[in-house]
Amino acid sequence: MTDNRLAIKLPGLDLKNPIIPASGCFGFGQEYAKYYDLDRLGSIMIKATTAQARFGNATPRVAETPSGMLNAIGLQNPGVDAVIAEKLPWLASNFPNLPIIANVAGFSNEEYATVSQKISRVQNVTAIELNISCPNVDHGNHGLLIGQVPELAYAAVKAAVSVSEVPVYVKLTPSVSDIDIVAKAIEDAGATGFTMINTLVGTRYNLQTRQPILANGVGGMSGPAIFPVALKLIRQVAQQTSLPIIGMGGVDSAAAALEMMIAGASAIGIGTANFTDPFACPKIIDELPNVMDKYGITDLASFVKDCQEEIRG
Amino acid sequence: MILQEDMLILSNENISPRVYRMALKGELVLDITGPDQFLHLRVPSPDKVLRRPISISEYDKENKCCVIIYRVEGDGLAAVSQMTPGQRLDVMGPLGNGFDISLPFPQKKALIIGGGIGTPPLVGLAEALTSQSISVTVLLGFAQKSAVILEREFSAVSDKLEIVTDDGSYGRQGNVGLLMDELDVMSYDAVYACGATGMLRAVASRTATHPNAYISMEARMACGMGACYACVVHVAADETGQKSLKVCDEGPVFKVGEVVI
Repeated sequence: MTDNRLAIKLPGLDLKNPIIPASGCFGFGQEYAKYYDLDRLGSIMIKATTAQARFGNATPRVAETPSGMLNAIGLQNPGVDAVIAEKLPWLASNFPNLPIIANVAGFSNEEYATVSQKISRVQNVTAIELNISCPNVDHGNHGLLIGQVPELAYAAVKAAVSVSEVPVYVKLTPSVSDIDIVAKAIEDAGATGFTMINTLVGTRYNLQTRQPILANGVGGMSGPAIFPVALKLIRQVAQQTSLPIIGMGGVDSAAAALEMMIAGASAIGIGTANFTDPFACPKIIDELPNVMDKYGITDLASFVKDCQEEIRG
Repeated sequence: MILQEDMLILSNENISPRVYRMALKGELVLDITGPDQFLHLRVPSPDKVLRRPISISEYDKENKCCVIIYRVEGDGLAAVSQMTPGQRLDVMGPLGNGFDISLPFPQKKALIIGGGIGTPPLVGLAEALTSQSISVTVLLGFAQKSAVILEREFSAVSDKLEIVTDDGSYGRQGNVGLLMDELDVMSYDAVYACGATGMLRAVASRTATHPNAYISMEARMACGMGACYACVVHVAADETGQKSLKVCDEGPVFKVGEVVI
């Protein structure tokens, strides 16, 4: 079976292949289901969910950058109760065998706990991606993200882990002076693994108005331009922990996915590439066996194991 | 539905400063349901990750052809403008919901209002209405004479066409609001508008009580098909401020009063 070559097994995630649309780039799956069978995917990281419905930021919310883009959506979502009542059941009834990774966002430890607890009880949610690193909302920490302060990260992760019924992967921001310290705090708090990297932070200006293009002023930068940054940070974290890493940041091809596995990732999130090509994920999945053949990779599970043994010695 | 296709470029002509008219051929034309749906174009430059949403101006299902008219604002569409007949362009579409023309037209009269680069999709609309024996009045506003486009096309599919320019260098000086004030807007069965935000507000303020007034909105988009929430607008009758509609898949056409412009 061809599919076996691509299978990856992680806590909570029995993936038929390692390709997972990244949170925020794929809604709750419904729109992309018009384009292809979502069962082709390893999993889906659904849109960030908070306790209450959020409109998000003012528009414009996106801008283009060389080989990348900025977004400042601002965690727009219908709230956890609507996600549980409408979005997740739709996925469960149409794609009953597809494991879902629920991205949980919040503005307090209580909110992280409440949303994690509720959403982790939904049958098709097999893991949580704890979003402590969205750069587009104010967490009331003097402009700092929870994921930028080890103590705050520890407390938020602890709050989620203690009530979640599924493994909790924590999404790391690249905007830190030393990612090792934050990763260590998150591991100590009981996280199952990491997803990384969230967006970098940047801005663009309109020459005519001399104002930022984004209504929010700044936004999260994603796309191929940040791929080398992701590789560097994934390797850095992989060197200090044995927790699994779901890598993301500018992956737009099977070759890039394999390169990120060399850096230390066990599975791969695909974000901006979905906008450039709505069929990006199935194309990468189709492309993987050929690129694996080219480099003598028989199956991804042993490739990932070999890469990580090399990193950790 | 094929949803995405490498469409064949039949022509790509410069029709006014920075404005191009491109004719495309492909199977996805068969899926177009109405004027002002849009195509999401992949820019032929590897460093451009976002597509460009462009309204469908006219289409011909028999020959599987459609026309888009776009204005070059930056590097992305500049690259598209350099493409030549015979080349293929990666297109997603048709996306969004076009103008609703399946309304009752007891008076057999429709009013169409366009501004600048918002005018192209209205050609197809005027054509569709005219073919249903509805009398079409068209009011168009442009910045100046050199920006005036599609006058001949609109003349062919309307009973009355009036053009204004901001500086008076062509037609009368002023804006379309001025022209609207000279008409009995309520006497038209339907009002359709596409243009810049200011123009849409001017139309909306003059059609607030009209039962069938529609505006087509423009927005910066990423996915173009409803997944990313980049292009949302506030719902007008929503005191919570939390409700939104997406311009890409719930628009771009909205009823006047439905969303905050």
